[in-house]
Amino acid sequence: MDNRAILAELPRLRRYARAMLGDRAAADDLVQDTLERGWSRLHQWRADSDLRAWLFGIMHNLRVDQLRRPRLSTQSIDEDDFELPTRPTQTDELELRDIESALNHLPDEQREVLLLVALEEMSYADIAATLGIPIGTVMSRLSRGRERLRLIMNGEQANARLRVVR
Amino acid sequence: MSALPITESDLQAWVDAALPEARRAEVEDYLAVQPVEAERVRAYREQKQALRSLFDPVLDEPLPEKLSALASPPPAAAIERPPKPFLARWSLQRFAAGIVVALVSGLGGWMAHDRYPPAENLARASFPRQAAVAHAVFSPDMRRPVEVSAEQEEQLVAWLSKRIGTPVRPPTLGPLGFDLIGGRLLPGNSSPVAQFMYQDATGQRLTLYISTENLTNQDTAFRFAQEGQVNVFYWVDGKFGYALSAGIDKSKLARVAMAVYDQIEHK
Repeated sequence: MDNRAILAELPRLRRYARAMLGDRAAADDLVQDTLERGWSRLHQWRADSDLRAWLFGIMHNLRVDQLRRPRLSTQSIDEDDFELPTRPTQTDELELRDIESALNHLPDEQREVLLLVALEEMSYADIAATLGIPIGTVMSRLSRGRERLRLIMNGEQANARLRVVR
Repeated sequence: MSALPITESDLQAWVDAALPEARRAEVEDYLAVQPVEAERVRAYREQKQALRSLFDPVLDEPLPEKLSALASPPPAAAIERPPKPFLARWSLQRFAAGIVVALVSGLGGWMAHDRYPPAENLARASFPRQAAVAHAVFSPDMRRPVEVSAEQEEQLVAWLSKRIGTPVRPPTLGPLGFDLIGGRLLPGNSSPVAQFMYQDATGQRLTLYISTENLTNQDTAFRFAQEGQVNVFYWVDGKFGYALSAGIDKSKLARVAMAVYDQIEHK
């Protein structure tokens, strides 16, 4: 496999992992695990398939494994973690902060679909294939995720069920 | 020709600009007369934009070395090593048990115990070993051997009884030369255990370790175990496990154990 092809995917894997997990160190660990598992399963890779979808699929499966496994919740306290990844104007920053915290209130499976659509601009069919779910499920998760995010952003938290903090 | 009804999926696809041109026009006609729906999907588009603004900067961050290195195949050894789940099964409890083993061995001459297969050793420290380790950890502590001292015995008894979920009371060992100095709560395998500590005139310390974790409900006779320099007498009564640990010789410890047993079982 061409290592430049993998290098080209790394920034996107990191962006998605960061958005999913919120935490920089945890996100990079997930990307690292994804690459390691990818290399160990190279025999499953078909040259004509989509490298990005394959890697995102591996990451998704790793994440599912992680969620199934009870573990102590840890949080790194790198100085960097206190910075937002972006520094636009003051008011914009507040809005972005809002969407970041609102995003964390979505159930994992909704956040996942929403981010694959918003950040990766994957087609619904590709998302269905990557996550191994029917396309109808993709649509309903997308629809529910977006609506919940909207309600939370509007301050209608009452409608958003509280999620157990991991 | 009448258009198909506009579905929720159509609206989502409109947000993502994933509709064929003709359908897009139909959706926009619909939105033109449905202001509430129009407002909703407009909010979705804004969400999408906000997420991009928030996370796109990650794309421009320099790649951590550990990740860029993995763009190339790792050494063959790394590929063939056992997959990660092996480590994942290395649960906290086993890890803790490993520390227990290390502690006891550091205590002075870990003796080979062939009767425990290694896997069992790691899975769960045996009851007398847990008691011996607890003794070894806390009894040498001059300043803070106990959490609650014997001066507050009533509080100590009430607190430990509450925490381990059943009444416990330290036996009186004064006639044997050992006075209660206090007690503490410790983590067992699945629930708290209590430890009472005694001391004689020479400063020799003795601990009574009381667990309520015995699930087999199989009573045992007195048993003796030696863990490093710590001698342990232990027995099981119902759900209770008792272990008396001290660095004193076996016959002397046996006398104390008998006294403890008499007071607890035949009070």
